[in-house]
Amino acid sequence: MKYLSIGFIIFTLALLGFSTYQALFVAPTEQTMGDVQRIFYYHAPTAWVAGVCFFVNFLASIAYLWKRSLNADALAAASAEVGVVFCTIVLITGPIWAKPVWGIWWTWEARLTSTLVLWLIYVSYLILRRFSVGSQTQTLAAALAIFGFVDVPIVYMSIRWFRTQHPQPVIAGGQGSGLDPVMWHAFLWNLLAFTCVGIVFIVTRYRLQKLENEVEAAHAQRAIAGGVQ
Amino acid sequence: MLVSSISVTRSTLLKDIRLEWRSKDAINSMLFFALLVVVIFSFAFDPNAEESRRIAGGLIWVAFLFAAVVALNQTWARELRNQVLDAYRVSPAPPNALFLAKAVGNFLFVTILELLMAPLFVVFYQLRSEGPLWQLVVVALLGTWALVVNGTFFAALSIRTRNREIMLPLILFPISIPALLAMVDTTTIVLTGDGTPDFWLKMLLVYDVVFTLVCLLLFESVLNAE
Repeated sequence: MKYLSIGFIIFTLALLGFSTYQALFVAPTEQTMGDVQRIFYYHAPTAWVAGVCFFVNFLASIAYLWKRSLNADALAAASAEVGVVFCTIVLITGPIWAKPVWGIWWTWEARLTSTLVLWLIYVSYLILRRFSVGSQTQTLAAALAIFGFVDVPIVYMSIRWFRTQHPQPVIAGGQGSGLDPVMWHAFLWNLLAFTCVGIVFIVTRYRLQKLENEVEAAHAQRAIAGGVQ
Repeated sequence: MLVSSISVTRSTLLKDIRLEWRSKDAINSMLFFALLVVVIFSFAFDPNAEESRRIAGGLIWVAFLFAAVVALNQTWARELRNQVLDAYRVSPAPPNALFLAKAVGNFLFVTILELLMAPLFVVFYQLRSEGPLWQLVVVALLGTWALVVNGTFFAALSIRTRNREIMLPLILFPISIPALLAMVDTTTIVLTGDGTPDFWLKMLLVYDVVFTLVCLLLFESVLNAE
Protein backbone atom coordinates (compact mmCIF):
# COMPACT_ATOMS: atom_id res chain seq x y z
CA MET A 1 0.00 0.00 0.00
CA LYS A 2 2.76 2.37 1.00
CA TYR A 3 4.95 1.51 -2.03
CA LEU A 4 1.91 1.78 -4.25
CA SER A 5 1.24 5.30 -3.08
CA ILE A 6 4.89 6.35 -3.38
CA GLY A 7 4.87 4.90 -6.88
CA PHE A 8 1.72 6.83 -7.69
CA ILE A 9 3.22 10.06 -6.38
CA ILE A 10 6.32 9.60 -8.56
CA PHE A 11 4.08 8.80 -11.52
CA THR A 12 2.03 11.95 -10.83
CA LEU A 13 5.14 14.13 -10.63
CA ALA A 14 6.47 12.73 -13.91
CA LEU A 15 3.08 13.25 -15.52
CA LEU A 16 2.95 16.81 -14.22
CA GLY A 17 6.38 17.52 -15.70
CA PHE A 18 5.39 16.07 -19.05
CA SER A 19 2.06 17.91 -19.16
CA THR A 20 3.77 21.19 -18.26
CA TYR A 21 6.21 20.62 -21.11
CA GLN A 22 3.25 19.96 -23.41
CA ALA A 23 1.47 23.11 -22.30
CA LEU A 24 4.46 25.44 -22.46
CA PHE A 25 6.47 24.15 -25.42
CA VAL A 26 4.48 21.75 -27.58
CA ALA A 27 1.09 23.41 -27.78
CA PRO A 28 1.00 26.14 -30.46
CA THR A 29 0.75 29.79 -29.47
CA GLU A 30 -2.81 31.06 -29.73
CA GLN A 31 -3.26 33.58 -32.58
CA THR A 32 -5.00 36.48 -30.89
CA MET A 33 -4.22 35.99 -27.20
CA GLY A 34 -0.61 34.87 -27.49
CA ASP A 35 1.23 33.01 -24.76
CA VAL A 36 -1.16 34.08 -22.01
CA GLN A 37 -3.69 31.60 -23.41
CA ARG A 38 -1.47 28.80 -22.05
CA ILE A 39 -2.88 29.43 -18.58
CA PHE A 40 -5.96 27.66 -19.92
CA TYR A 41 -4.05 24.36 -19.54
CA TYR A 42 -3.98 24.95 -15.78
CA HIS A 43 -7.20 26.88 -15.33
CA ALA A 44 -9.61 24.37 -16.87
CA PRO A 45 -8.11 21.18 -15.35
CA THR A 46 -8.03 22.69 -11.84
CA ALA A 47 -11.66 23.75 -12.25
CA TRP A 48 -12.48 20.16 -13.19
CA VAL A 49 -10.69 18.79 -10.14
CA ALA A 50 -12.46 21.29 -7.85
CA GLY A 51 -15.81 20.22 -9.27
CA VAL A 52 -15.01 16.54 -8.78
CA CYS A 53 -13.87 17.24 -5.20
CA PHE A 54 -17.14 18.97 -4.31
CA PHE A 55 -19.10 16.11 -5.83
CA VAL A 56 -17.08 13.59 -3.80
CA ASN A 57 -17.73 15.72 -0.72
CA PHE A 58 -21.48 15.55 -1.42
CA LEU A 59 -21.46 11.76 -1.88
CA ALA A 60 -19.27 11.21 1.18
CA SER A 61 -21.57 13.41 3.28
CA ILE A 62 -24.62 11.39 2.26
CA ALA A 63 -22.68 8.21 2.98
CA TYR A 64 -21.81 9.53 6.43
CA LEU A 65 -25.42 10.38 7.30
CA TRP A 66 -26.48 6.99 6.08
CA LYS A 67 -23.80 4.69 7.51
CA ARG A 68 -22.34 6.93 10.24
CA SER A 69 -18.88 5.83 9.14
CA LEU A 70 -16.02 8.05 10.27
CA ASN A 71 -14.13 7.12 7.11
CA ALA A 72 -16.85 8.67 4.97
CA ASP A 73 -16.57 11.84 7.04
CA ALA A 74 -12.79 11.84 6.65
CA LEU A 75 -13.24 11.61 2.89
CA ALA A 76 -15.77 14.48 2.99
CA ALA A 77 -13.37 16.67 4.96
CA ALA A 78 -10.42 15.81 2.70
CA SER A 79 -12.29 16.41 -0.54
CA ALA A 80 -13.76 19.73 0.66
CA GLU A 81 -10.34 21.05 1.63
CA VAL A 82 -8.68 19.96 -1.60
CA GLY A 83 -11.67 21.32 -3.54
CA VAL A 84 -11.31 24.73 -1.91
CA VAL A 85 -7.58 24.75 -2.73
CA PHE A 86 -8.21 23.97 -6.40
CA CYS A 87 -11.13 26.40 -6.57
CA THR A 88 -8.79 29.08 -5.20
CA ILE A 89 -6.31 28.28 -7.99
CA VAL A 90 -9.13 28.68 -10.52
CA LEU A 91 -10.08 32.04 -9.03
CA ILE A 92 -6.45 33.21 -9.16
CA THR A 93 -5.51 31.94 -12.64
CA GLY A 94 -8.73 33.38 -14.11
CA PRO A 95 -7.94 37.04 -13.38
CA ILE A 96 -4.29 36.58 -14.45
CA TRP A 97 -5.63 35.55 -17.85
CA ALA A 98 -8.46 38.10 -17.88
CA LYS A 99 -6.29 41.18 -17.30
CA PRO A 100 -4.39 41.05 -20.62
CA VAL A 101 -7.25 39.54 -22.64
CA TRP A 102 -10.34 41.33 -21.33
CA GLY A 103 -8.46 44.33 -19.93
CA ILE A 104 -9.95 43.80 -16.45
CA TRP A 105 -9.06 41.55 -13.55
CA TRP A 106 -12.59 40.70 -12.60
CA THR A 107 -16.12 41.08 -13.86
CA TRP A 108 -19.37 39.99 -12.21
CA GLU A 109 -20.13 37.63 -15.04
CA ALA A 110 -22.08 34.39 -14.66
CA ARG A 111 -19.40 31.75 -14.39
CA LEU A 112 -16.95 33.88 -12.42
CA THR A 113 -19.62 34.84 -9.93
CA SER A 114 -20.89 31.26 -9.65
CA THR A 115 -17.38 30.00 -8.98
CA LEU A 116 -16.85 32.65 -6.34
CA VAL A 117 -20.15 31.75 -4.64
CA LEU A 118 -19.20 28.07 -4.82
CA TRP A 119 -15.90 28.93 -3.14
CA LEU A 120 -17.74 30.92 -0.43
CA ILE A 121 -20.09 28.02 0.28
CA TYR A 122 -17.28 25.53 0.77
CA VAL A 123 -15.17 27.94 2.81
CA SER A 124 -18.18 28.32 5.12
CA TYR A 125 -18.30 24.52 5.29
CA LEU A 126 -14.65 24.43 6.39
CA ILE A 127 -15.31 27.16 8.97
CA LEU A 128 -18.21 25.15 10.38
CA ARG A 129 -15.96 22.11 10.68
CA ARG A 130 -13.33 24.16 12.43
CA PHE A 131 -15.68 25.70 14.97
CA SER A 132 -17.94 22.81 15.86
CA VAL A 133 -16.96 20.75 18.86
CA GLY A 134 -16.80 17.06 19.54
CA SER A 135 -18.32 14.23 17.60
CA GLN A 136 -21.32 16.22 16.38
CA THR A 137 -19.00 17.94 13.87
CA GLN A 138 -19.51 15.17 11.34
CA THR A 139 -23.30 15.37 11.33
CA LEU A 140 -23.44 19.16 11.21
CA ALA A 141 -20.85 19.29 8.44
CA ALA A 142 -22.62 16.59 6.41
CA ALA A 143 -25.90 18.51 6.64
CA LEU A 144 -24.28 21.73 5.47
CA ALA A 145 -22.48 19.89 2.65
CA ILE A 146 -25.83 18.70 1.29
CA PHE A 147 -27.24 22.23 1.47
CA GLY A 148 -24.19 23.54 -0.34
CA PHE A 149 -24.30 21.03 -3.15
CA VAL A 150 -28.06 21.44 -3.68
CA ASP A 151 -27.48 25.19 -3.89
CA VAL A 152 -24.91 24.97 -6.70
CA PRO A 153 -27.32 24.52 -9.67
CA ILE A 154 -29.63 27.19 -8.23
CA VAL A 155 -26.71 29.59 -7.89
CA TYR A 156 -25.62 28.86 -11.44
CA MET A 157 -29.12 29.30 -12.88
CA SER A 158 -29.81 32.53 -11.06
CA ILE A 159 -26.47 34.11 -11.83
CA ARG A 160 -26.62 33.11 -15.48
CA TRP A 161 -29.56 35.49 -15.72
CA PHE A 162 -26.97 38.24 -16.14
CA ARG A 163 -25.18 38.64 -19.45
CA THR A 164 -22.20 36.36 -19.84
CA GLN A 165 -18.70 37.49 -20.76
CA HIS A 166 -16.79 34.25 -20.14
CA PRO A 167 -15.45 32.66 -23.35
CA GLN A 168 -17.99 30.16 -24.63
CA PRO A 169 -17.06 26.57 -23.84
CA VAL A 170 -14.29 25.66 -26.29
CA ILE A 171 -15.00 21.97 -25.88
CA ALA A 172 -18.34 20.82 -27.26
CA GLY A 173 -19.37 24.48 -27.50
CA GLY A 174 -21.30 26.12 -30.30
CA GLN A 175 -20.18 26.86 -33.85
CA GLY A 176 -16.64 28.13 -34.32
CA SER A 177 -15.52 26.61 -31.05
CA GLY A 178 -12.91 23.91 -30.86
CA LEU A 179 -9.25 23.37 -30.10
CA ASP A 180 -6.33 22.70 -32.37
CA PRO A 181 -5.50 18.96 -32.11
CA VAL A 182 -2.12 19.73 -30.52
CA MET A 183 -3.83 21.99 -27.98
CA TRP A 184 -6.24 19.15 -27.29
CA HIS A 185 -3.29 16.89 -26.50
CA ALA A 186 -1.74 19.37 -24.12
CA PHE A 187 -5.10 19.98 -22.48
CA LEU A 188 -5.85 16.28 -21.97
CA TRP A 189 -2.37 15.60 -20.57
CA ASN A 190 -2.87 18.40 -18.07
CA LEU A 191 -6.34 17.19 -17.23
CA LEU A 192 -4.91 13.77 -16.42
CA ALA A 193 -1.96 15.19 -14.49
CA PHE A 194 -4.08 17.49 -12.33
CA THR A 195 -6.62 14.76 -11.70
CA CYS A 196 -3.75 12.63 -10.36
CA VAL A 197 -2.51 15.55 -8.24
CA GLY A 198 -6.02 15.90 -6.84
CA ILE A 199 -6.15 12.18 -6.03
CA VAL A 200 -2.75 12.34 -4.27
CA PHE A 201 -3.89 15.34 -2.20
CA ILE A 202 -7.22 13.78 -1.24
CA VAL A 203 -5.69 10.43 -0.30
CA THR A 204 -2.97 12.10 1.80
CA ARG A 205 -5.44 14.38 3.53
CA TYR A 206 -7.81 11.46 4.06
CA ARG A 207 -5.08 9.45 5.81
CA LEU A 208 -4.18 12.45 7.94
CA GLN A 209 -7.83 12.82 8.99
CA LYS A 210 -7.98 9.14 9.91
CA LEU A 211 -4.83 9.52 12.00
CA GLU A 212 -6.39 12.53 13.74
CA ASN A 213 -9.50 10.45 14.46
CA GLU A 214 -7.35 7.66 15.89
CA VAL A 215 -5.40 10.08 18.09
CA GLU A 216 -8.63 11.56 19.37
CA ALA A 217 -10.04 8.10 20.10
CA ALA A 218 -6.82 7.16 21.93
CA HIS A 219 -7.04 10.31 24.05
CA ALA A 220 -10.64 9.51 24.91
CA GLN A 221 -9.66 5.95 25.84
CA ARG A 222 -6.89 7.15 28.07
CA ALA A 223 -9.18 9.66 29.77
CA ILE A 224 -11.67 6.88 30.50
CA ALA A 225 -8.95 4.54 31.77
CA GLY A 226 -7.50 7.32 33.93
CA GLY A 227 -10.91 8.00 35.39
CA VAL A 228 -11.30 4.37 36.42
CA GLN A 229 -7.97 4.08 38.22
CA MET B 1 -49.01 10.57 13.72
CA LEU B 2 -50.09 13.48 11.56
CA VAL B 3 -52.48 14.72 14.21
CA SER B 4 -49.80 14.65 16.89
CA SER B 5 -47.39 16.43 14.51
CA ILE B 6 -49.87 19.21 13.94
CA SER B 7 -50.66 19.56 17.62
CA VAL B 8 -46.95 19.68 18.53
CA THR B 9 -46.34 22.31 15.86
CA ARG B 10 -49.33 24.33 17.01
CA SER B 11 -48.51 24.25 20.69
CA THR B 12 -44.83 25.11 20.12
CA LEU B 13 -45.78 27.91 17.76
CA LEU B 14 -48.37 29.31 20.19
CA LYS B 15 -45.82 29.12 23.00
CA ASP B 16 -43.27 31.06 20.95
CA ILE B 17 -45.82 33.64 19.89
CA ARG B 18 -46.98 34.08 23.48
CA LEU B 19 -43.37 34.48 24.69
CA GLU B 20 -42.68 36.98 21.93
CA TRP B 21 -45.92 38.86 22.63
CA ARG B 22 -44.98 39.27 26.27
CA SER B 23 -41.26 40.02 25.88
CA LYS B 24 -41.14 41.47 22.32
CA ASP B 25 -37.42 40.64 22.41
CA ALA B 26 -37.01 39.53 18.80
CA ILE B 27 -39.29 42.14 17.23
CA ASN B 28 -37.76 45.04 19.17
CA SER B 29 -34.16 44.14 18.45
CA MET B 30 -34.93 43.43 14.78
CA LEU B 31 -36.84 46.71 14.41
CA PHE B 32 -34.13 48.79 15.98
CA PHE B 33 -31.42 47.00 14.03
CA ALA B 34 -33.23 47.48 10.70
CA LEU B 35 -33.83 51.14 11.56
CA LEU B 36 -30.11 51.61 12.20
CA VAL B 37 -29.27 50.00 8.86
CA VAL B 38 -31.73 52.31 7.07
CA VAL B 39 -30.20 55.40 8.65
CA ILE B 40 -26.60 54.31 8.14
CA PHE B 41 -27.20 53.39 4.50
CA SER B 42 -28.75 56.77 3.79
CA PHE B 43 -25.64 58.45 5.23
CA ALA B 44 -23.33 56.10 3.38
CA PHE B 45 -24.90 56.55 -0.05
CA ASP B 46 -26.76 59.88 0.29
CA PRO B 47 -29.01 59.02 -2.67
CA ASN B 48 -31.40 61.28 -4.57
CA ALA B 49 -34.89 60.00 -5.46
CA GLU B 50 -33.81 58.54 -8.81
CA GLU B 51 -30.83 56.66 -7.35
CA SER B 52 -32.92 55.52 -4.40
CA ARG B 53 -35.28 53.65 -6.66
CA ARG B 54 -32.39 51.77 -8.22
CA ILE B 55 -30.62 50.81 -5.01
CA ALA B 56 -33.62 50.47 -2.67
CA GLY B 57 -34.16 46.79 -3.52
CA GLY B 58 -30.69 46.00 -2.27
CA LEU B 59 -30.95 48.21 0.81
CA ILE B 60 -34.32 46.84 1.90
CA TRP B 61 -33.34 43.20 1.65
CA VAL B 62 -29.89 43.57 3.14
CA ALA B 63 -31.48 45.37 6.10
CA PHE B 64 -34.08 42.62 6.52
CA LEU B 65 -31.48 39.89 6.12
CA PHE B 66 -29.27 41.37 8.83
CA ALA B 67 -32.24 41.99 11.08
CA ALA B 68 -33.58 38.46 10.56
CA VAL B 69 -30.24 37.03 11.72
CA VAL B 70 -30.75 38.82 15.04
CA ALA B 71 -34.05 37.01 15.59
CA LEU B 72 -32.89 33.68 14.16
CA ASN B 73 -30.00 33.55 16.58
CA GLN B 74 -32.44 33.68 19.48
CA THR B 75 -34.66 30.90 18.11
CA TRP B 76 -32.94 27.96 19.75
CA ALA B 77 -31.02 29.75 22.50
CA ARG B 78 -34.23 29.85 24.54
CA GLU B 79 -34.59 26.07 24.30
CA LEU B 80 -31.08 25.43 25.60
CA ARG B 81 -31.92 26.85 29.01
CA ASN B 82 -33.18 24.16 31.39
CA GLN B 83 -32.29 21.52 28.77
CA VAL B 84 -35.58 21.97 26.94
CA LEU B 85 -34.03 20.78 23.70
CA ASP B 86 -32.71 17.60 25.36
CA ALA B 87 -36.15 16.96 26.82
CA TYR B 88 -37.54 17.37 23.35
CA ARG B 89 -35.07 14.84 21.97
CA VAL B 90 -36.11 12.13 24.38
CA SER B 91 -39.81 12.81 23.90
CA PRO B 92 -41.65 10.93 21.13
CA ALA B 93 -42.67 14.21 19.46
CA PRO B 94 -41.62 14.32 15.78
CA PRO B 95 -38.57 16.60 15.27
CA ASN B 96 -39.95 18.12 12.07
CA ALA B 97 -43.00 19.37 13.97
CA LEU B 98 -40.66 21.37 16.20
CA PHE B 99 -38.71 22.63 13.19
CA LEU B 100 -41.84 23.75 11.35
CA ALA B 101 -43.12 25.54 14.45
CA LYS B 102 -39.85 27.44 14.78
CA ALA B 103 -39.69 28.26 11.06
CA VAL B 104 -43.30 29.45 10.93
CA GLY B 105 -42.75 31.51 14.08
CA ASN B 106 -39.71 33.21 12.60
CA PHE B 107 -41.61 33.74 9.36
CA LEU B 108 -44.34 35.58 11.29
CA PHE B 109 -41.86 37.73 13.21
CA VAL B 110 -39.84 38.71 10.14
CA THR B 111 -43.03 39.42 8.16
CA ILE B 112 -44.25 41.70 10.93
CA LEU B 113 -40.87 43.44 10.86
CA GLU B 114 -41.21 43.95 7.11
CA LEU B 115 -44.71 45.34 7.44
CA LEU B 116 -43.55 47.80 10.07
CA MET B 117 -40.40 48.82 8.20
CA ALA B 118 -41.88 49.15 4.69
CA PRO B 119 -43.54 52.55 5.35
CA LEU B 120 -40.25 53.85 6.77
CA PHE B 121 -38.38 52.85 3.62
CA VAL B 122 -41.01 54.54 1.48
CA VAL B 123 -40.69 57.77 3.49
CA PHE B 124 -36.92 57.84 3.91
CA TYR B 125 -36.04 56.87 0.34
CA GLN B 126 -39.04 58.51 -1.41
CA LEU B 127 -40.07 55.28 -3.08
CA ARG B 128 -43.02 54.69 -5.33
CA SER B 129 -43.58 51.67 -7.46
CA GLU B 130 -43.74 51.83 -11.25
CA GLY B 131 -44.56 48.14 -11.66
CA PRO B 132 -47.39 46.01 -10.23
CA LEU B 133 -47.36 46.04 -6.43
CA TRP B 134 -48.69 42.49 -5.96
CA GLN B 135 -45.34 41.19 -7.24
CA LEU B 136 -43.65 42.84 -4.27
CA VAL B 137 -46.02 41.05 -1.91
CA VAL B 138 -45.32 37.69 -3.57
CA VAL B 139 -41.57 38.19 -3.51
CA ALA B 140 -41.69 39.28 0.12
CA LEU B 141 -43.58 36.15 1.14
CA LEU B 142 -41.44 33.74 -0.91
CA GLY B 143 -38.19 35.51 -0.05
CA THR B 144 -38.90 35.70 3.66
CA TRP B 145 -39.67 32.01 3.76
CA ALA B 146 -36.43 31.31 1.85
CA LEU B 147 -34.37 33.20 4.42
CA VAL B 148 -36.25 31.92 7.43
CA VAL B 149 -36.44 28.21 6.62
CA ASN B 150 -32.70 27.96 6.01
CA GLY B 151 -32.00 30.42 8.80
CA THR B 152 -33.93 28.35 11.35
CA PHE B 153 -32.08 25.23 10.25
CA PHE B 154 -28.65 26.86 10.32
CA ALA B 155 -29.40 28.45 13.67
CA ALA B 156 -29.86 24.90 14.98
CA LEU B 157 -26.46 24.04 13.47
CA SER B 158 -24.64 27.08 14.76
CA ILE B 159 -26.02 26.86 18.30
CA ARG B 160 -23.84 23.75 18.66
CA THR B 161 -20.59 25.39 17.56
CA ARG B 162 -18.04 27.23 19.66
CA ASN B 163 -18.78 30.69 18.28
CA ARG B 164 -22.58 30.36 18.20
CA GLU B 165 -23.84 33.75 17.13
CA ILE B 166 -21.12 34.52 14.62
CA MET B 167 -21.54 31.17 12.91
CA LEU B 168 -25.10 31.73 11.64
CA PRO B 169 -24.42 34.51 9.10
CA LEU B 170 -21.23 32.77 7.97
CA ILE B 171 -23.13 29.69 6.83
CA LEU B 172 -26.49 31.31 6.00
CA PHE B 173 -25.32 34.10 3.67
CA PRO B 174 -23.46 32.02 1.04
CA ILE B 175 -26.36 29.57 0.66
CA SER B 176 -28.88 32.43 0.52
CA ILE B 177 -27.15 34.33 -2.30
CA PRO B 178 -29.50 33.09 -5.07
CA ALA B 179 -32.59 33.91 -2.98
CA LEU B 180 -31.22 37.33 -2.12
CA LEU B 181 -30.41 37.99 -5.77
CA ALA B 182 -33.99 37.14 -6.71
CA MET B 183 -35.46 39.33 -3.97
CA VAL B 184 -33.27 42.33 -4.77
CA ASP B 185 -33.76 42.11 -8.52
CA THR B 186 -37.54 41.66 -8.32
CA THR B 187 -37.85 44.62 -5.98
CA THR B 188 -35.73 46.76 -8.29
CA ILE B 189 -37.77 45.63 -11.31
CA VAL B 190 -41.05 46.55 -9.58
CA LEU B 191 -39.75 49.89 -8.29
CA THR B 192 -38.27 50.99 -11.61
CA GLY B 193 -40.83 49.29 -13.85
CA ASP B 194 -38.12 47.82 -16.15
CA GLY B 195 -38.75 44.22 -17.25
CA THR B 196 -40.68 41.42 -15.59
CA PRO B 197 -39.63 39.38 -12.57
CA ASP B 198 -41.34 36.15 -13.70
CA PHE B 199 -38.08 34.19 -13.80
CA TRP B 200 -37.12 35.29 -10.31
CA LEU B 201 -40.49 34.44 -8.82
CA LYS B 202 -40.34 30.94 -10.29
CA MET B 203 -36.75 30.54 -9.11
CA LEU B 204 -37.66 31.63 -5.59
CA LEU B 205 -40.51 29.14 -5.55
CA VAL B 206 -38.13 26.35 -6.60
CA TYR B 207 -35.61 27.50 -3.99
CA ASP B 208 -38.30 27.46 -1.28
CA VAL B 209 -39.60 24.02 -2.17
CA VAL B 210 -36.14 22.45 -2.52
CA PHE B 211 -34.71 23.83 0.69
CA THR B 212 -37.84 23.21 2.75
CA LEU B 213 -37.57 19.56 1.72
CA VAL B 214 -33.83 19.41 2.49
CA CYS B 215 -34.45 20.99 5.91
CA LEU B 216 -37.19 18.50 6.75
CA LEU B 217 -35.04 15.60 5.58
CA LEU B 218 -32.01 16.58 7.63
CA PHE B 219 -33.41 18.22 10.75
CA GLU B 220 -33.77 15.01 12.71
CA SER B 221 -30.07 14.13 12.20
CA VAL B 222 -29.01 17.59 13.30
CA LEU B 223 -31.26 17.63 16.36
CA ASN B 224 -29.92 14.26 17.46
CA ALA B 225 -26.27 14.93 16.58
CA GLU B 226 -24.09 13.86 19.46
